[in-house]
Amino acid sequence: MPVSEHEVRVLTKRFDLPNSASIDTYLAHDGYQAFEKALKQMTPESILEELKRSNLRGRGGAGFPTGMKWGFVPKESPKPKYIVCNADESEPGTCKDRLLMEKDPHQLIEGILIAGVVVGSHQGYIYVRGEYRYLLEILDRALEEAYARGYLGKNILGTGFDFELATHTGAGAYECGEESALLESLEGKRGIPRIRPPFPAVVGLYGGPTVLNNVETFSAVPAILREGGEWYAQLGTPRNGGTRLFVLSGHVNRPGVYELPMGFPLRKMIEEVGGGILGGKKFKAVIPGGSSTPVLTADALDTPMDFDSVAKAGSMLGSGAVIVMHEDTCMVKVALRLMQFYAHESCGWCIPCREGTDWLSKTLHRFHSGGAREEDIGLIEHLAKNMLGRTFCPLGDAAAMPVISFVKKFREEFEMHLSGRPCPFESKQEPATVSR
Amino acid sequence: MMGETVKIRVDDRELEVQRGTLLIEACRAAGIEVPSFCYYPGLSLQAACRMCLVEIEKAPKLQTACTVPVTEGMIVRSNTEQVTQARRSMLEFLLGNHPLDCPVCDKGGECELQDMVFRYGASESRYGEAKRHVEEQQWSPVVYFDAPRCILCYRCVRVCDEGMGVGALSVVNRGVHTEIAPNHGDHLECEECGMCIDICPVGALTSGAYRYKARPWEMQYTSTICTHCGDGCKTTLSVRNNKILRGNNRDRSGINGEFLCIKGRYAYDFVEHPSRLRQPLIRRGRELVETTWEEAIGTVAAKWSEILARRNKAANNTLAETSEKRSEGFGVIGSNHTTNEENYLLQKFARTVLQTNHVDHHRTADYAALIHALANESAEQPSQAQRPPLARSKDIVGASAILLVGNNPTEQHPLIAWNIREACRLNGARLYIIHSRRIPLLRQSHRFLPLGLGHEADALRHLCGEPEATQALLGETPSGDNVTADLLNDFRNRLQEEKDVIVVFGDEITGPDVSLLIRMGSRLSGQTRYIALGDYSNSRGASDMGLLPHLLPGYRPVGDAAARAFFEDRWKSPIPATVGLSVDDMVAATLQGGMDALYVVGANPLKGRNPEDFCGKTFLVVQDLFLQETAQAADVVLPAASAYEKSGTVTNTCGELQRLRKAVGVLGTRTDLQIFASLAAAMGATLHPSQPEEALEEIRQMVPEYNIPLANVLAGGAEAVLNPNGFKPLAAPAETSGRVYSAQDTLFTSGTLGRFSNILNLVPERNIRKEPGPA
Repeated sequence: MPVSEHEVRVLTKRFDLPNSASIDTYLAHDGYQAFEKALKQMTPESILEELKRSNLRGRGGAGFPTGMKWGFVPKESPKPKYIVCNADESEPGTCKDRLLMEKDPHQLIEGILIAGVVVGSHQGYIYVRGEYRYLLEILDRALEEAYARGYLGKNILGTGFDFELATHTGAGAYECGEESALLESLEGKRGIPRIRPPFPAVVGLYGGPTVLNNVETFSAVPAILREGGEWYAQLGTPRNGGTRLFVLSGHVNRPGVYELPMGFPLRKMIEEVGGGILGGKKFKAVIPGGSSTPVLTADALDTPMDFDSVAKAGSMLGSGAVIVMHEDTCMVKVALRLMQFYAHESCGWCIPCREGTDWLSKTLHRFHSGGAREEDIGLIEHLAKNMLGRTFCPLGDAAAMPVISFVKKFREEFEMHLSGRPCPFESKQEPATVSR
Repeated sequence: MMGETVKIRVDDRELEVQRGTLLIEACRAAGIEVPSFCYYPGLSLQAACRMCLVEIEKAPKLQTACTVPVTEGMIVRSNTEQVTQARRSMLEFLLGNHPLDCPVCDKGGECELQDMVFRYGASESRYGEAKRHVEEQQWSPVVYFDAPRCILCYRCVRVCDEGMGVGALSVVNRGVHTEIAPNHGDHLECEECGMCIDICPVGALTSGAYRYKARPWEMQYTSTICTHCGDGCKTTLSVRNNKILRGNNRDRSGINGEFLCIKGRYAYDFVEHPSRLRQPLIRRGRELVETTWEEAIGTVAAKWSEILARRNKAANNTLAETSEKRSEGFGVIGSNHTTNEENYLLQKFARTVLQTNHVDHHRTADYAALIHALANESAEQPSQAQRPPLARSKDIVGASAILLVGNNPTEQHPLIAWNIREACRLNGARLYIIHSRRIPLLRQSHRFLPLGLGHEADALRHLCGEPEATQALLGETPSGDNVTADLLNDFRNRLQEEKDVIVVFGDEITGPDVSLLIRMGSRLSGQTRYIALGDYSNSRGASDMGLLPHLLPGYRPVGDAAARAFFEDRWKSPIPATVGLSVDDMVAATLQGGMDALYVVGANPLKGRNPEDFCGKTFLVVQDLFLQETAQAADVVLPAASAYEKSGTVTNTCGELQRLRKAVGVLGTRTDLQIFASLAAAMGATLHPSQPEEALEEIRQMVPEYNIPLANVLAGGAEAVLNPNGFKPLAAPAETSGRVYSAQDTLFTSGTLGRFSNILNLVPERNIRKEPGPA
């Protein structure tokens, strides 16, 4: 795994240790101290305070303050409360959660346990992406170890606190990364989102109040309790506490997963952490937060990579997947490739997403293969805008936003493809990988 | 009951609506258009079609009106450019992959997608890509599925799961490949009710009976009442060139709303079955041969007149009678499919012209005992009742608790079952079931009291607090349930707390057990109401109209001189004073040669017997649709018109009066009313009135319970008849004579009539749930 001197290793600090996934390694390096502290020395209120001070924001993509989210769970509930970890990491370009689970599963378990202490839940689930099946073995072994050492099960550490934790895999649907679709899937139903409100914090799994967070979010919690919320907050920028696992991919010399402080400058990330553009070519564009986020161009390279700054630049920090593209990249082809993904992954529940992604992927395919007409540029924009904000869940927005940004920022490339002309970038490309 | 209201503003109109109302409902109630495909009143919310997007002030984007409850001060805009554009774009998306085969689509002309595009859509299509195509599939004899036409509104999935409680449909695949799928891979195993077809806004689900047969605008529509069970669902028959092509109730105007089961929707096809009698038959030697109406009527009239004359002579000469073998004279067996007017006239004809009280029909519920018991109950506790103690079918939906004793409404009374499910699902009603079998409604039940076959009365005694009955119920039942004292007491205690119970019972409770039931019901906390479940469209009407050996119309005992005098005065004829024979007695007497003549109208009392045994035993006249067992033994067979070929009224098992309207005519047949009149005329007797409207008028004068406002009935609705006898105590206890038993029809059988419905015989489920044999 490539490393960079710019990294601030909080969540990944045990990654390079031998047997980093074992409970012995974990216990030898601060493991389960935060949980024990939470259980024996802290109250749910004080833990929440610490979380709020840390400025930890959800790492799944939306960036919702974690402390506030946990605070929404009602204290009294006639139904059991649940902790659910969203390990359905499916956003194209994103592969950080798998490392957190593979290299340091106990850190995640500890984070989940602390959530259980805070809201008074006794049952948790880790919903693992279907394609991450190999992780089940690692996670289940870690759960076994935690049960064996008394960190899970009945009367944990003699405090009377009970907590059961189990893994569950998805069946390969991007949509199940959406929290309410994930809950449906976890309940054994078809993975389609739920009508909200009510939100999971109030009515979630099996109708009970549910804390639902990303792997990285839970994994950040032990360090916060151990070192203090303020310590964590100062690692990042105001309102964007801590570090973040950025997944740098695309046309850079050293792609990889890097733990960098929030607000790390984008240009520095590409040039210094990533070692600059592949083959010494010119930078063209970057998708800053996973495939669902609008593309940015060179004028945005000075953006600090935190939720607020990237939003200000017209995109989103999302899942932290930074996809870099150099000058030879065909932006129509990128738009097509992304739309094919969304058409394939649309759950089909609502009209605009189901039909819009299909229509757009067909039209973009025709466009890229040289069969485009001038009015198709307007049509692509029109279709994407008709999806935006009108679909049942954010998947429609995720499909629409990048396309709108591609047409807006690279209109001339769309025009270059017009009727009869071959793709002007085709000759510069490695063999085409676009498939229907 | 109006709860707290809130004020909202929609398009500059101020609306005051109940808090919590969905915005879409508030708008529609005020006449403000908010279109939808997936939103459907009474079914769960989907928010999938996005047609109802509106602007709500302070909301960052368009909101679905189907999921947002109104709140105080909400400001909504439903007619802005943004909203209109959103609707147009949804339709544009939908039409992308839609096959646009409207010219050959069954739904063309009555398609919600067509209507929406006409109203809100863009006339130009910008879709230039290849459309997705999937081959059409047949899921059952009645259900076909054309996936490309499907807009995925999930109405079919929900009506099957939530409404029918069957759950035979689901969703498979994803994205643009998402499809509705049947429960058994490539086919359906379900109740074949066709609700999914009817609720489909487009031509994705089509009917095996109707597909590719007609365009909706070339048919005429006749709303009438289904003849197959006692619930009295309204079915709208679509007719072209005197042929029924379709049955449904899309205007949701009847007591059943849009509900219909397989029989109401498809089993009209007996009308044109090749075996249908279209000409009178007369016995020449061993053969029944075709003849003219004139000869048939003349033969019957001559024979009946001769028997009458002989009996009159015998009556005048009592000495002669002793030397002759005693004969019962005329016997008349009526129908529970014929109209009130026909039933009234048939018993009037029997009692006045034929001078007999041997009048009966296949009694499928003990209405007489119920009326009697309620009358005695109200005599004991006068002025207790604020509401009529007989509930209407729709009352079930509003009841807070339902007690079901016996019967299997899912099979025998599909509308009652639908209403029970609605009550439980939408209003949280608690369903208590006392049953010897694990019936499908157990899925909705709150408490279940299992028992051994025939122990229903013990259960009622237990509920009345009789310890010996409690003992009799303990132990394991044949259904495999273990009945403990705790279960029995819990059932009784819970039921006891209920304030508003509707008791629904089948033929398990008859005779004196009905009084026991009423006694149990009167012990509950609130006012208890009742529904007795009887088969076929007019079992209740046949009882009400006095098609009984011991009761005159309106349940007046024939033994009561005052009651007789009332009818004699109006009918200008004496009425025999002695109680007549029941169906079983008449059949038994016939076999022993003890009946001079037997007249069977629309019934098959010899079902399951050998007709040969009855040939020549009596002068048998049968008036029916088909040559069934009884008709095969007849001397004269008169081809009658079916319920779908005549006008009149029927009374459903809950006492709701509804109107039959003639949809088609079958050449060669006559209505039962016409046949009565012809027979009477040929005998030189007068039988008034001869028109259904006049007959109803006479019924209203002679049976005060039927003297109700008719506006609703005439308009195609229902009006509950008044509580028979006004629940004044009856002059004399009604003798219980004859059996009361249900035909135990399933969803796919309809007595002997069901033998002649091709659709009912086609569905494979019929073979799973076989028609029970004779009782």
